[in-house]
Amino acid sequence: MADVVFDHASRVYTVGAKPAVNRLDLEIAEGEFVVLVGPSGSGKSTALRMLAGLEEIDDGEIRIGGRNMVGVPSRDRDIAMVFQNYALYPNKTVGDNMAFPLKMRGVDKATQQEKVRAAADILGLTDYLDRKPKALSGGQRQRVAMGRAIVREPQVFLMDEPLSNLDAKMRVSTRTEIAAMQRRLGVTTVYVTHDQVEAMTMGDRVALLADGKLQQFATPSELYDKPANAFVAGFIGSPAMNLFTLPVSAEGVRMGSSELRLPREVLSRIGGHERVTLGIRPEQWAVADGVGGHGSSSGVKAQVDVVEELGSDAYLYAHLDDEAQTAVVVRTAGRSGAHRGDQIVLTPTSEELHLFDADSGDRL
Amino acid sequence: MAAPTTERPASTSETRELAPAHRGNRAGPALLTVLTWILGIGFFFPILWMVLSAFKKETDAYTSPPTLFFTPTLEQFQTVFSSGIGPYLLNSLFATVMSTVFVLLFAVPAAYAVSLRPVKKTQDVLFFFISTKMLPVVAAIVPIYVVVNNIGMLDNIWTLVVLYTAMNLPIAVWMMRSFFQEVPKELLEAASMDGASLWRSMREVVLPVVSPGIAATSLICVIFAWNEFFFAVNLTAATAATVPVFLVGFITSEGLYFAKLCAAATMCALPVVIAGWIAQNKLVQGLSFGAVK
Repeated sequence: MADVVFDHASRVYTVGAKPAVNRLDLEIAEGEFVVLVGPSGSGKSTALRMLAGLEEIDDGEIRIGGRNMVGVPSRDRDIAMVFQNYALYPNKTVGDNMAFPLKMRGVDKATQQEKVRAAADILGLTDYLDRKPKALSGGQRQRVAMGRAIVREPQVFLMDEPLSNLDAKMRVSTRTEIAAMQRRLGVTTVYVTHDQVEAMTMGDRVALLADGKLQQFATPSELYDKPANAFVAGFIGSPAMNLFTLPVSAEGVRMGSSELRLPREVLSRIGGHERVTLGIRPEQWAVADGVGGHGSSSGVKAQVDVVEELGSDAYLYAHLDDEAQTAVVVRTAGRSGAHRGDQIVLTPTSEELHLFDADSGDRL
Repeated sequence: MAAPTTERPASTSETRELAPAHRGNRAGPALLTVLTWILGIGFFFPILWMVLSAFKKETDAYTSPPTLFFTPTLEQFQTVFSSGIGPYLLNSLFATVMSTVFVLLFAVPAAYAVSLRPVKKTQDVLFFFISTKMLPVVAAIVPIYVVVNNIGMLDNIWTLVVLYTAMNLPIAVWMMRSFFQEVPKELLEAASMDGASLWRSMREVVLPVVSPGIAATSLICVIFAWNEFFFAVNLTAATAATVPVFLVGFITSEGLYFAKLCAAATMCALPVVIAGWIAQNKLVQGLSFGAVK
């Protein structure tokens, strides 16, 4: 087990072009489960592959257990990786697949067998040790790939979207299994995903990347409650946070024809800005019937376009009555009774509104 | 989540539509089958005639239409053997096996490099390889003859081994390249993370995956080398001549004896057919990439 440090680590594919990973700084503690998340092209996979030794580190350093990894080949880094497509050796049996890293390190046959059996036991693969990978289901293959990683007892586990080839149900159960196993083994783990639900549920801490740059590195709840910028705010949470860029007025912000009054504490943070980006999560709205034209004095009018009933709750997709017909998402209790075309009045319920600089996107 | 529910009804209605259409058109496939058989037999007939004639007496071989029922005899094969095909067979075997081994020794690493570790000029290199096949061999035979003569290698089987290796190498590199490109690069990455050196990941991971490709490539090399005539007839004489050279000589001397000729031709063709049959078992195993996709 070891800690992992990205110290201004950069990867530049073409000289002069934008770096795929741009001066990334991360300090991952021993035994920690860190998820790298971001949209495609954000550099999260490249960052993982740099740590794996599959991509060069063009600038800066990556250290595992204090040792600088620049120029160190993958096989000497004492790390194990689970690939998105599992990368099992098709000609070898499950047992031989799992024993391969031990065999390559000159571990004797008896120990190999013992360790493979132990890992197969944990993963429920004991009955499949003599099968070839192609005779296994997707979930089983995924577990063999996990097995091949854990028999090694490496310093660091790397996982590159290991769940994306599984069906939705399997993904949820395997998610829990992987998180539980990581906690039990206590091995430092770096996990890459584009799925923010995976990131939020699995990681001790989550690093959100966009355009090769680190946006925020924090615990899941901090990421949700205090997004560092508008990008993080929009990326974390499903449905996504409503983000409006609005002109500032005396008592709040102007939203379409109505004025959204903001608490004094929030107003003080706006300072001298003329325009701000206001973030309101879908669950931070109170919905009132808008017919009759009155309603809450600080609310905004909107018209419902689509209602998604999920059972426990419902999502209302609506548009405001401003010029741009800004889209807005509202989460309400299930069986909301709302219908397409309904006029509603929306009022922010929480004082925990998110304000961002309209130009830089930074949190105010 | 919504995808499977929308997909299912679509697929059932598709099968429902397909079934009646299929039933109404039964005559079509039957006609196609008959046509295929006629074509197949048409192609196979000369070979069948050759093999059958090889087992006939000379008197039976001349009848028209050819007799299908006769007492088979090995007489013709014995005559061919006693006329000295043995050394020619051995020469062909040596040149074919050795050149194929050399081709694989060079082509597999070369194809690995151009497909899995490409560099800027890889495309140019590949084009250079295939460009060597553009010049007609006839155009190159004079300089080749002069060189071989000057180094005293005329009528030497190693000359053919070298030439056949050079002749098949570009094709083998191109063929193996396409098989190597099918190897998911994650397999190599996984092997290197698991601690395998280049050599071990090649031996333990890559080669087993591309083995059907190696079988296919070997088969092509064997066929081309075994059937090669032009170099053999121009650069060899008594000592290093191969089977095709023998067969041509046989036609000149025994051209009127059909049955004997057919026996000789059958014996020439047989090794390639056997090689194809052996390779086929490996080929039909298919590319077992299911485990990584």
